[in-house]
Amino acid sequence: MTTWESVQEFLSEPTTWSGPDSIWTRLGEHIWVSVAAVIIAGLLVLPLAVWLGHIRRGSAVATAVVNIGRAVPSFGILAIAFLVLVQMGAGVGEPWAVLVALIALAAPPMFTNTVAGIQAVEPATIESARGMGLTEREVLTGVELPLSAPLMMEGVRIAFVQVIATATLGALVAWGGLGRYIVDGFARQDMGRLIVGAVLVGLLAIAAELGLSAMQRAATPHGIRPAR
Amino acid sequence: MAGDPMIRLENVKKVFPGSSRAAVTDLSLDIGRGECVTLIGPSGCGKTTTLKMINRIIEPTSGRIEIDGRDAMAIPAHELRRSIGYVIQQIGLFPHRTIAQNIGTVPALVGWDQARIDERVAELVEIVGLDAEMMARYPSELSGGQQQRAGVARALAADPPVLLMDEPFGAVDPIVRKRLQHEFHDLQGRLGKTVVFVTHDVDEAILLGDRMAILNIGGIIEQYDIPEKILAEPASDFVERFLGGERGLKRLALLPINEADLEHGPFVDVSTTPAEAHRVMEQHGVDWLGLLDDERLLGWVDGDLVDSKPLRDLDPRPFLVTLDTESTLRSALDAVVTSHARVAVVVDDGIYRGMLDLESIAEGITE
Repeated sequence: MTTWESVQEFLSEPTTWSGPDSIWTRLGEHIWVSVAAVIIAGLLVLPLAVWLGHIRRGSAVATAVVNIGRAVPSFGILAIAFLVLVQMGAGVGEPWAVLVALIALAAPPMFTNTVAGIQAVEPATIESARGMGLTEREVLTGVELPLSAPLMMEGVRIAFVQVIATATLGALVAWGGLGRYIVDGFARQDMGRLIVGAVLVGLLAIAAELGLSAMQRAATPHGIRPAR
Repeated sequence: MAGDPMIRLENVKKVFPGSSRAAVTDLSLDIGRGECVTLIGPSGCGKTTTLKMINRIIEPTSGRIEIDGRDAMAIPAHELRRSIGYVIQQIGLFPHRTIAQNIGTVPALVGWDQARIDERVAELVEIVGLDAEMMARYPSELSGGQQQRAGVARALAADPPVLLMDEPFGAVDPIVRKRLQHEFHDLQGRLGKTVVFVTHDVDEAILLGDRMAILNIGGIIEQYDIPEKILAEPASDFVERFLGGERGLKRLALLPINEADLEHGPFVDVSTTPAEAHRVMEQHGVDWLGLLDDERLLGWVDGDLVDSKPLRDLDPRPFLVTLDTESTLRSALDAVVTSHARVAVVVDDGIYRGMLDLESIAEGITE
């Protein structure tokens, strides 16, 4: 059987299109865990990052965080989180370990880009804002956040695309998502299943990249858009 | 300065954290209502620190600052600042807001309705000499000079009684700077704000300052007086060195032409006879003759031509540079060295008012 035939065979099976192992189920699992990981990571780190950016401290912390984030393997975190959570009574096949690993993956780029984005606002702009009588809150919401929005959104984009690619690993700790097809494909020597899973993860990552790039452009205030 | 000062600094001191020396040691300074005071001195003299303590961008370590009789420290900083216009060298316009939105910042903060803001913005755009079409643009679409005009308009927006300016024209090219300085001088004359203006440019300090304060390292006031007085009688070697060369010329730039000092000179009406013309030239010791037609200045002719035909039929040459009664002695001096006849001619609406020569200009400065 050629590779192409095995792909066709996989796509022709009824369980591919409905039921607990269908593309829609796996896609849904993959997306909700990824979105949840980015949102929770954002809720956890953005307030601290915004505050550090506003008081113009912590750029060293921001650099260290992103370096540690790069150095720590997501798979390692996933394995440890899985073991710890199962010890604590979580069921095998539940998404919590995946979520923890993905939050740890998503947090560093969002943290770093937010601190850097706010600190990149011209000191003169902020001084003149204060000089005109804006309160600290108004300086933050009226000047620093709008001007740092493009860099913050870039952090979200980087985090989200990484998370979508990495959520594939969830299948290794008995969770679902599109990684299920890849892991099962290997195990069952089912090339069609494996390829469909890999292509879907790729397409999803590209879609996320394009969608969030558009959001990043939309978040860029008019006056600081690069001239075309 | 009548009445209480608008701004009063009393024994103000600033030591920055981690620094062993005070940036400003013990400064006391009164600035009168409607007065423009320029702060000038070498770098490290604390002039910018002093300015920024007035609106508490920098909080003083000790001492008292009063604005319009109120203790500046007793008011929340943001409220204090809404009644003080602030212009800095880097301008600091909000890049994500249009020029109109930038100018309307403080009115919006203090709660004006949009119609009133729009009206005020349009008025200010005109006052600072921007085109109305600039209002919809973003700061990055304006030249440096235009941005600084917008910066001044933004500072004036809610009509604050006090204006703080920190080297506002320092970053624009010399030609634009000169124009902005003169326009600001005129504007200040009309608006009568109380202005504190930091600069490192002596000529700018002299031009714009009703009084100037010359600061030495550590915020020590070396001299605080009207520019004329400082130029004429520098209080210390430091001030003299700081003012640099050409002090005489700088003073001339401050002194207006005194109409009482004008001489009539060798100027005669075209109806004058040649004999009389010769007598006038001889009396003044010159070989040229200024021609007037019923008080109107026609120009001058070479003394050799006086006998050739009636004065009325001669073809007089124009004076290259003429002054009006508003001119300064410095421009008079310029006219003297530029003109063929070595005199500065003062004309008011075409009517000849008199002339100055080198000697009368020199007398003006020694008076």
